Amino acid sequence: MLSEKYSDEIKAILEKYPEKRSAVLPLMYLAQEAYGYLSREAMVDVANNIGIDPTEVLSLAGFYTLFYEEPVGKYVLEICNDLPCALRGADEFVDMACEKLGIGVGETTPDGLFSLKTVMCLAACDKAPMLQVNLKYEEELDEEKFDALISRLRTASDEDGSQHFGVEAFKRSLK
Amino acid sequence: MSDSITLTIDDVAVTVPKGTVVVDAAKLINNDIPVFCYHPKMKPVGMCRMCLVEIGMPVRDRETRELITDDEGNPKINFGPVLLTGCTVQAAEGMVVRTNSSVVTDTRDDILEFLLTSHPLDCPICDKGGECSLQNLTMNFGPGTSRFDYNDKKKQDKHVPLGDLIYLDRERCIQCARCTRFQSEIVDDPVITFHNRGRSLEIVTMSEPGFDSYWSGNTTDICPVGALTTADFRFGARPWELTQVASICPHCPVGCNTTMSTRVEAKSGGRTVIKRIMPRQNESVNEIWICDKGRFVHHFADSPERLKHPMVREEGELVEATWEKALDLVAGRLKMFKSSTAGLAGGRLSNEDLYQFQKVFGQGLESKNIDLFPQRMAGGDIVAQAGITSGSNLKELGLGDAILVVASDLHEEAPVWWLRVKQAVERGVALTVLNLRSTRLDKYAKHIIQFNPGEAPSTVHKMLNAVKVNSGSSSSDVIHAAADSLIEANNLVIFYGAEGLTYDETDIVVRMLANLLLVKRGGRVKDTYHAGRVNNGLIAVWSQANTQGAWDMGVRPDLGPGYQVQSDRGMDAESILSSARDGEIKSLYMVGVDPVGDGNLAGRGALDFLVVQDLFLTESAKVADVVLPAQSWAEREGTFTNGERRVQRFYPAIAPVGKSRADWLILAQLGERLGLGRPPFAASILFKEIADQVAQYSGMDYRSLAQSEEQWPKVGGDDLYYGGTAYRNQSGLGQQWPAEAESREITLYDIPEITESISDKFVVVPIQSLYRKGTLIDQSNLIDNRVHRPTLMINIDDARGRGIVDGDVVVVENGKFQIEVQAEVNGQARSGIALLRGTGSISGPIRLKLVSKGQ
Amino acid sequence: MAHILLRHRDVKNIHQFKVYEANGGYEGLKKALRDFEPQEVIDIVKKSNIRGRGGAGFPAGVKWGFIPKSEGRKYVVVNADESEAGTFKDRELLENNPHQVIEGALLCAYAIGAQTIYIYFRGEFMHTAETFEAALKDAYSNNALGANIFGSEFSCDFYSHYGAGAYICGEETALLESLEGQLGQPRIRPPFPAIEGLYSKPTVVNNVETLANVPPVIINGPDWYLNIGTAQSPGPKIACLSGHINQPGNYEVPMGTPYRELVFDEKYGGGIPGGKAFKALLPSGGSAPIIVEEALDAPLTFEGLAEYGSLLGSASLIAMDETVDMVWAAMRIVHFFRHESCGKCTPCREGTFWLEKIYIRLLDGRGTEQDIKVLESVAHQMQGRCLCALGEFATSPVLSTIKYFPEEYRAKLNGHPATVLRESEWNIEKVKA
Repeated sequence: MLSEKYSDEIKAILEKYPEKRSAVLPLMYLAQEAYGYLSREAMVDVANNIGIDPTEVLSLAGFYTLFYEEPVGKYVLEICNDLPCALRGADEFVDMACEKLGIGVGETTPDGLFSLKTVMCLAACDKAPMLQVNLKYEEELDEEKFDALISRLRTASDEDGSQHFGVEAFKRSLK
Repeated sequence: MSDSITLTIDDVAVTVPKGTVVVDAAKLINNDIPVFCYHPKMKPVGMCRMCLVEIGMPVRDRETRELITDDEGNPKINFGPVLLTGCTVQAAEGMVVRTNSSVVTDTRDDILEFLLTSHPLDCPICDKGGECSLQNLTMNFGPGTSRFDYNDKKKQDKHVPLGDLIYLDRERCIQCARCTRFQSEIVDDPVITFHNRGRSLEIVTMSEPGFDSYWSGNTTDICPVGALTTADFRFGARPWELTQVASICPHCPVGCNTTMSTRVEAKSGGRTVIKRIMPRQNESVNEIWICDKGRFVHHFADSPERLKHPMVREEGELVEATWEKALDLVAGRLKMFKSSTAGLAGGRLSNEDLYQFQKVFGQGLESKNIDLFPQRMAGGDIVAQAGITSGSNLKELGLGDAILVVASDLHEEAPVWWLRVKQAVERGVALTVLNLRSTRLDKYAKHIIQFNPGEAPSTVHKMLNAVKVNSGSSSSDVIHAAADSLIEANNLVIFYGAEGLTYDETDIVVRMLANLLLVKRGGRVKDTYHAGRVNNGLIAVWSQANTQGAWDMGVRPDLGPGYQVQSDRGMDAESILSSARDGEIKSLYMVGVDPVGDGNLAGRGALDFLVVQDLFLTESAKVADVVLPAQSWAEREGTFTNGERRVQRFYPAIAPVGKSRADWLILAQLGERLGLGRPPFAASILFKEIADQVAQYSGMDYRSLAQSEEQWPKVGGDDLYYGGTAYRNQSGLGQQWPAEAESREITLYDIPEITESISDKFVVVPIQSLYRKGTLIDQSNLIDNRVHRPTLMINIDDARGRGIVDGDVVVVENGKFQIEVQAEVNGQARSGIALLRGTGSISGPIRLKLVSKGQ
Repeated sequence: MAHILLRHRDVKNIHQFKVYEANGGYEGLKKALRDFEPQEVIDIVKKSNIRGRGGAGFPAGVKWGFIPKSEGRKYVVVNADESEAGTFKDRELLENNPHQVIEGALLCAYAIGAQTIYIYFRGEFMHTAETFEAALKDAYSNNALGANIFGSEFSCDFYSHYGAGAYICGEETALLESLEGQLGQPRIRPPFPAIEGLYSKPTVVNNVETLANVPPVIINGPDWYLNIGTAQSPGPKIACLSGHINQPGNYEVPMGTPYRELVFDEKYGGGIPGGKAFKALLPSGGSAPIIVEEALDAPLTFEGLAEYGSLLGSASLIAMDETVDMVWAAMRIVHFFRHESCGKCTPCREGTFWLEKIYIRLLDGRGTEQDIKVLESVAHQMQGRCLCALGEFATSPVLSTIKYFPEEYRAKLNGHPATVLRESEWNIEKVKA
């Protein structure tokens, strides 16, 4: 399936490296996009494309935090609450976000739109509180801006690309 | 530059080869630097930090590079600011290591305390308790009390099946990665890995079935704690209750050295039972590894289905009889039929059994109608001349050497040879693989040559011609390129099997392969040939553990013991079976074979009298007149000769089942009734006779076969330098008998004219699988889920043309036999070649009818 | 003073090739290709004593000099896995002044004879790296990358690669493992990357900021560079200011600028918000010991904090005011390292886990006198025994806060939690929230 949906991207990715195995993380991003998360099927697909054992893909999925082994919402909100952000109100911001979305950290809204996670430093400490939504930075947030973000995402169309888990980076290199 | 290095460890000087790491150097002088993650068979990773020691280097003047000395004239040693891992630091000239300073012992205490924070300390119920590296090291260096709050312990799953053979206790795991590194680095089956990270690291598998590897059991041996245990041993016994008995694996021609751990137990009615089978170190044979078949397929020995007493047919029914009665009956009838009697023996029998078998026929009945069954492959006589040289060790092959593997899927037929060939390639050996399909060896091959059915002889012939006219040019043609790499090699080892070859084809091919070793030209070998030199020669990938022994003992229609050519030739296995079918022979004696069950003989054919000597009431036994219960290899002693012609002893581990007797004894007692004199008192006495009669075995006896010497790496025992629980070899390394080429010049074999045989458009080729159905495996339900059911793998186009769809039951028949198998339609089988997997003793290729019976 | 690194603050649109070129960009590379042998480039970088800006301060020229002169494949890897808490300097450079990083990497490639450059972005930079990737394309279409760069014999490719969330991949050997498609766990050294790096080939791994220092040095010469900063720590440094500070952000200053100036001067941090008093400063994110008031006059150099038991590191200054509970702050840092420990070596895997457990107990009001002793002891047990620096880092906040704020620890022992731990802080068992 991956090889059909992303044949050009895979070709471009493989050309970057002298050893195929280096393409495994990029292909896991593509698989996450194609399958919504790294399901068993998705991992087998990646393994077949790279020529490694699916267990090795599982291992990588478990090690790197940006891979999701369980289904996630259409938008994954990753709020940094590492020390620098926490000093600037990130913990209160997380509480506020949980309340607004009606979910706890690590949970997904029943409509499947939003997952909320807390993450380690995202290199935006001067602009705290901040979060990434599907890897896009949203900085210097407050309650008002958060509300605006959520309502924008609720009404966003599938075409605006904001629902992707960063797969643009691999499309970008095609242009 | 010198290849050896002298360093000082705790004031003791030791000289080691360049590249030796500090922990190994220390072990050589019996200084056990404790380790967990380090294993002498794997690349060091320095993870567990248990081997941290003080390492200092002599200080040199920056300008002059001269050693700087102290007031007393000793070299000044600079110890770095931190301790270093002894498993990763290579010994260097003048290095000074301290392993017993307080900073080192404090560190050991600290690291152990860290490991124990997460450890469940359930030693009283842990299978590893008593032979556990963590337990031993804690006793020696660890803290006596815990400062870790018990409530903070991580609670994890304790009974995680990684498939049905291996269980994981996540709490006991200390994340040393020995198991995952073994699976990826040593056996290239990375089907278990770490998941998550940090303290959440855990071993997982995603294969189907779980932990899908022929090597999984080895991880339980090298696991330094009780995290990995085997399904059949876990909670089965405590290590200190076990008696260790040395044995030899009876499943394939590698002849892995094993240890059976036995125990007398009430729940088995006071019998001694085998609790587990583990590898026994023999660096020339299996090092410290065994495959899962060798480890798990032993339960047949104490199966309730075992034959317990002799039986004779009375009024159509098999009824219990005394040995006296049964043997008298057999002797009486055989005397009647005399030379119109024939015998078939299996390659699972010991040398003593086989010798006695041919003696009963040759001397007792004056019949030469004996053969090994199944007789897949020729060439024992050639191997006796150009076989791998005594004193060889596949472990010594490396850069500049070559291996050729012909018509064999080593991973399925002889897994440890597959492993050793793979590792040889990793050391730089150039591997050529010649087969009619892809196998797991292809991944490591430098040259891959595929032939069509019927074209093996002509393909090898082309290679032989290319060698003879070796131009030294780098030809693009794969056969020439491969031929160049063979003839240029310092050392050359050739494995040959019978996959896709008829018996007659193997007979031609083996001669040509021997000639490859006997060609005197080219390369670095100039005036000599490869054969007869250490680490060179032919290795036959026989289908059974002691097929080599059957050749040596003369269980052949044309050869006597020690390869003496017989003046009148008897019937071979094929003729014996066809004569049994048409009544040309009247009586048949079968030991350890089941041609009826294999589909090679329908019922008892036209026989007047049939004797079956076996472990179980096989299909053949069911139609026999007399059934004689034999002992398994676990109940008696004996010797097997492996494919490298190493004669190895095995020892009795458990009491005989019922009234069963050793095969050799039954045959000797029969021989007594045929006028061959009193049976030998013991197998060892019989072996003396073998050593007298079989020239190749001269000088061997049970004592010499039991000799061992210390091997590297050191494993087993309770030392703190932990090589795993594989057993130290104290019961014999065996003796490899010399090939003729070692003592005399062998001339090139005559090769008959090779004609391209016109192969059919479509053939079925039986292929070997490790877990194929068979008498022994059927009795060991542990690997039931992994047994390869009889399957016909057929190319999608071939299937379509014959109206076969995936999952159909098809009948494969060729007039002599008939078998029903399931069709697996896939794109991997080559067009025109269907592969028949998981069946018993069928040789190929076969041209046959396929009838689809639907699903 | 004009910026040397953060040039986008002075020159608009410098992320565009033409703008960068019009403002002296790629002059360093052109000069090197025209005037210098590769070894001369190494010598200039050595002489200028550019020290690694990732935190270790290892001289870049010396690192380049370790690469064997033999033929064969070699690699330059740009470390853009910026993940240290409080560090956001590389991101600003990559987003705004990408060509200077590309040029620096090309100079390195030319100097060591590499034909391929990879930049390893942390996965979270996937969107924000768009500018950088556009710059790469721009560079290709203007012959600054690809075959025969600027008409010379030198050819080089430059590829971007994305990690997927793991702080440890900032450690250079873990980064190489990750780039090879493996778990990001550090390798044992030796062999060093200079001998066996990416795909076992000689490799230089340099931080983004380090490489951005190279082009101006080639253009202006080592003496110019040595005149900036101090004798042992020459050149400019980007300091990242965060936490309780009025004007958080990146500030490019000459090495040697006092910490006090950075925190309080109006040009920089502008002091502590709300008129609160300064309490402590983490000078290098979570990975160096905390400093207090007495150390603020130390200069921002690789050596400046030595006498106060701390380090320059990545110069990520996290300021904390008088209201901060230092036990809580230490716990948050320990939590970070426990979360990011790769698990490969025992002391880090078990030690960070153990430390965090004790902190939770202390903050939860269940701590004992013994717990504080064990904290110190565990930290000491980790020091000098770990496979890489991560485990060592994790001990810094523990030992330094116990040293400077023992009374805050003791205050936790009376059975009253000083701080309420939120669920989001409690949720620590899983690697992934």
